[in-house]
Amino acid sequence: MASHRARSDGDTLVRSAGLTKIYGEVTAVRDLDLVVGRGEVYGFLGPNGAGKTTTLRMLLGLIHPTSGSAEVLGRPPGDPDGLLRVGAMVEEPAFYPYLTGRDNLRVVTRYAGLPEDGIEDALRTVELLPRADSKFKTYSQGMKQRLGIAAALLKDPDLMILDEPTNGLDPAGMVEMRTLIRRLGTGERTVLLSSHLLAEVQQICDRVGVISKGRLVFEGSVDELRGRAAVAIRAEPLDLARRRAEEVLGPDRVEVRDGELIVDADPGEVPNLNRELVLADVQVSELRPASRSLEEAFLQLTGEGGEDDEG
Amino acid sequence: MWILVGVYFVMGLFFGYVVPYLIFKTGGGPELEGVPLEQILNEALPHNLVPSVVGGFPLFGGAIALIIGALIASSEYGWGTLKTILVQRPRRVEVLAGKFLATALVTLAITVVFFLLSALASWTIALAENRAVSWPGIVELLQGVGAGWLILGMWSLFGMTLGILFRSTALAIGLGLVWALVIESLISGFANLLEVLATIQQWLPGVNAGALAASLGARAQDQAGGVPGVTTVADGPEATALLVAYVAGMALLSTLVLRRQDIS
Repeated sequence: MASHRARSDGDTLVRSAGLTKIYGEVTAVRDLDLVVGRGEVYGFLGPNGAGKTTTLRMLLGLIHPTSGSAEVLGRPPGDPDGLLRVGAMVEEPAFYPYLTGRDNLRVVTRYAGLPEDGIEDALRTVELLPRADSKFKTYSQGMKQRLGIAAALLKDPDLMILDEPTNGLDPAGMVEMRTLIRRLGTGERTVLLSSHLLAEVQQICDRVGVISKGRLVFEGSVDELRGRAAVAIRAEPLDLARRRAEEVLGPDRVEVRDGELIVDADPGEVPNLNRELVLADVQVSELRPASRSLEEAFLQLTGEGGEDDEG
Repeated sequence: MWILVGVYFVMGLFFGYVVPYLIFKTGGGPELEGVPLEQILNEALPHNLVPSVVGGFPLFGGAIALIIGALIASSEYGWGTLKTILVQRPRRVEVLAGKFLATALVTLAITVVFFLLSALASWTIALAENRAVSWPGIVELLQGVGAGWLILGMWSLFGMTLGILFRSTALAIGLGLVWALVIESLISGFANLLEVLATIQQWLPGVNAGALAASLGARAQDQAGGVPGVTTVADGPEATALLVAYVAGMALLSTLVLRRQDIS
């Protein structure tokens, strides 16, 4: 997992307050308060149809919010000066099918008002130089994704917004893309990445925002998403063990689940608890970590039963 | 798109010069309605360049321009490239202004090239028939190019506006052609029978494009040997003013729509 980085409030690159988008009867995004700091690789996690893409489009000025506000690099979404420092790939990479990859990047530089001399570097970074002069319509999905990243890199952006960048890639392509994104997210550059893949977010991201049915239901580190470290204790007699554990840690930090004690305790507290239990004539046969899996935490937060919403 | 333009040139020259010349050479058929063969040839000669070329713009040229405009605007939605453009830097109004400029240049180029090709065709016919080569004056030529540009520009903006409104090439072209070729024809067809339709007819873009062509000498469709789409419901200045108003109105409408549109 990527390392955590310090973030000060003065270094906030993306901030939204009460961001809401309603389509007729459907609320796609509701009261979203999002904060992304400089240098982070921020994972925007949620099932399909949760509102991730709508949120990213609002941050880029492609979609007008129904209410609420947002700032990207201190500017309103879609502001030309702000966009000049943002590299973005939203959903499917979209380029002119009848132009080559290189010519498509030329078009992008002209729209961005950039010199063309960054094209070679961008193509090299995404390892697309050998096919740069092939038409876009002949590209595989992986190559299209990489051209999308190359286009986002042309500005040498402070912030990269990538929407499901591994979508449609085969396993090898996904590994390559994740490696590339981690590389891009080093230093001062910030990456805001949406995904519905937990493992992907765990491998790439410093911090995570979980969105479900248009609401941000969690924001924090992957460890925080999993929940505080807990310890499972197999002990006999269970009632005595529970009473003693409650005396040591307090009743709100102890529960019985599936015939085991689950205690909310830091690793440093465990030896002392074990000693107290043994001194109270409790037979302790097993002590092990009992934090939730990322999947469990995610499903609990999103209320998903394992199936994704519609698109 | 360039294939479409090529087809327009070929078909325009075929029906504007090749067919009249063949009628002249073969004596024509029973459907000439008393039009002298000499008149048919006369209209294909260089001195008649402006009416001959401008007469082809309202209907056939207009349909082609409408398709070009729809393609220029709505292809960006189909490919998804509009979002790629808009996340780079330019404002929506700037992107649209660029498209207006590109469309204006394309329609001007089509107009000028079609005039040149038509001039070549009429000169060839004049030489073949040993007729005097007499070209129209510069003012008449400029009026012809200006009128053609205005007609094609108006129709291409019509297509662009539909493309932006519906975000679909097929829908924009389909609805646009139905309007240009069917709705306006129906309204014009019933205009003599119903007062309200006669009033509506005077405000239609295609009808006024035809009136502008007629004001420059193109033979109206209700006359013997007339050109489809050429009408006499308005004089030149009136038709020009209305077409300019349509251009301004559609430019404004498409700008307002694109500014508020969610790009998905």
